[in-house]
Amino acid sequence: MSSSMGKTIGKNIIRMILLVIAVSIAAFTLMTLSPIDPLQANVGQAALGSMSQEQIAKLEEYWGVGQPPLQRYLAWAKDFFTGDMGVSLLYRQEVSKVIAVKLGNSMFLMVMAWVFSGILGFVLGAVAGMHRGRAADKIIRGYCLTVSSTPAFWIAMLLLIVFGVWLKVLPIGLSVPIGVEASGVTFLDRVRHAILPAVTLSITGISNIALHTREKMIDIMESDYVLFARARGESNWQIFKNHGFRNVIGPAMTLQFAAISEIFGGSVLVEQVFSYPGLGQAAVSAGLGSDLPLLMAITIISALFVFGGNLIANILYGVIDPRIRKGEKAV
Amino acid sequence: MEKNTSPVLEIRHMNISFLQYEKGFRQVELPVISDLNLTIEEGEMVAVVGSSGSGKSLLAHGVMGILPYNASMGGEMIYRGQPLTRKRIQKLRGNEIVMVPQSTSYLDPLMKVGQQICKGSRDEEKKKKLNQIFHRFSLEEKVQQQYPFELSGGMTRRIMISTALIENPRLVIADEPTPGLHLKMAKRAMEHFRQLADMGAGVLVITHDLELALETADKVVVFYAGHTIEEANASDFKEVSLLRHPYTRALWKAIPQNGFESIPGIQPYVKEMPKGCPFAPRCEKRTAECEGEIPYRKVRDGYVRCLYDA
Repeated sequence: MSSSMGKTIGKNIIRMILLVIAVSIAAFTLMTLSPIDPLQANVGQAALGSMSQEQIAKLEEYWGVGQPPLQRYLAWAKDFFTGDMGVSLLYRQEVSKVIAVKLGNSMFLMVMAWVFSGILGFVLGAVAGMHRGRAADKIIRGYCLTVSSTPAFWIAMLLLIVFGVWLKVLPIGLSVPIGVEASGVTFLDRVRHAILPAVTLSITGISNIALHTREKMIDIMESDYVLFARARGESNWQIFKNHGFRNVIGPAMTLQFAAISEIFGGSVLVEQVFSYPGLGQAAVSAGLGSDLPLLMAITIISALFVFGGNLIANILYGVIDPRIRKGEKAV
Repeated sequence: MEKNTSPVLEIRHMNISFLQYEKGFRQVELPVISDLNLTIEEGEMVAVVGSSGSGKSLLAHGVMGILPYNASMGGEMIYRGQPLTRKRIQKLRGNEIVMVPQSTSYLDPLMKVGQQICKGSRDEEKKKKLNQIFHRFSLEEKVQQQYPFELSGGMTRRIMISTALIENPRLVIADEPTPGLHLKMAKRAMEHFRQLADMGAGVLVITHDLELALETADKVVVFYAGHTIEEANASDFKEVSLLRHPYTRALWKAIPQNGFESIPGIQPYVKEMPKGCPFAPRCEKRTAECEGEIPYRKVRDGYVRCLYDA
């Protein structure tokens, strides 16, 4: 058992390293192919016109214009793998510090959305699957299909208009109130600012989880063992408690951890709409501003999160399902 | 108290059909069981024998009220003197009326065996009873903590029979309880049902194994292409001349000790069912009348659906 455990860990570490290398190469390639001129984007056309040749050369060196890409990549990679993520060109701070702050903001939002969409999605999916074809199922499915075909940023704007502009009950953006000193910001302020973005992320997250849970639940309800349970006089509630929940929780957990990637991706758009200073927004500004070290770091950290989510999903599945836990061949 | 002279279960003219879509939106009704009749008395073990594809399993599902949504059932079922309505079966199934399923797929793969037999209940009485059943079936107590995938075929079979024994059944319906078991185990499984009958329950065993059925059952109902074609006492099978239907006689002759002979042809598929007697195309004695209505009539303390009784 322990040797196979070691093997699994080793395999996953190798996989992770390969993933980081592949992702970094892809991100770097895209970045060098980007048509954005870093000087024009960050300094501005007018300012550039009034600068001397030496000043422009200095700036070009700062933004890395004209350097051979391979050399640039290797220099970055050498630093990165020795633990130095470099200095953000936009924020003029260590990338690690920038990310720590942004990730902190985003985490708050993403964890809220992840937990909320996971629990609600599971409940809705289970209810719909148990009552296939009836009113509850139709309503839940209708909601999920509508939401999953609606872009997240559009929902974000809709919520913003309703709650931020018309009802004025929630702030329209940012993560803290405007014009308040950092020391004066309360935890409640932060929560209030995170509500709309988190709800937006949840709304879109729910539909995916609910639809998948529903599918799985329908399979279970059509299984022979549920038929037999019915023949043994088990009520709908007993069937759910004894068989439905037990069989659906494994796949639902897997899905939930795999859904981390969607929450991550969704947060980029949603943070943009709400001007929420999180990782997603930082990624957008790093991309548009040619901030290579920051963008690379964010990309890799996101990849690691998604990888970690999937890894946990796999491990959990083995823990939950006795057929895998007790070492049967894959079913 | 209901009179105990009435049979445990009486099925009259049961028919089950499926609605199916065929090429586009044309709906076809497929009659899988037509005019099924049988009676089970208290303490009696009745075997329904038929080859695969004859619709036997649906009989069990029909009685238990677990037919799929696109199936419809007609006819009459009378349980202990009163009609077995949908409502009544929903109340009785799982305690007075139990079913023993056909295969491992009827066990929840993620639920421990012991819990599963007790339907998740933590009742001490039930646990005691479970231990007794396990003892009787020579199953180790640790098996209760195992999952279905860890069981051998024979153990699975015993576990499924245990789900019936944990209740206090008056009617047991066993759907193919023996396939996959070697002869000794299969015989033992049949003996468990015999014991249930001897304890006073009515037992209906659905099987394709005539030889095995004859060893333990009191009565045999022969099923062919969705029709009950004969009801005979198990003792009738001692002498071929006591049997009433040509198909039953053919089944008798197919038993190794009786000649191991098979007859040509196959059981007709529901969509190509002949008019009148379903067995006519394979029957040596068929006449033009066999295409008409064939009554299910009483002959020598049994029943037969044939115009020509030997």
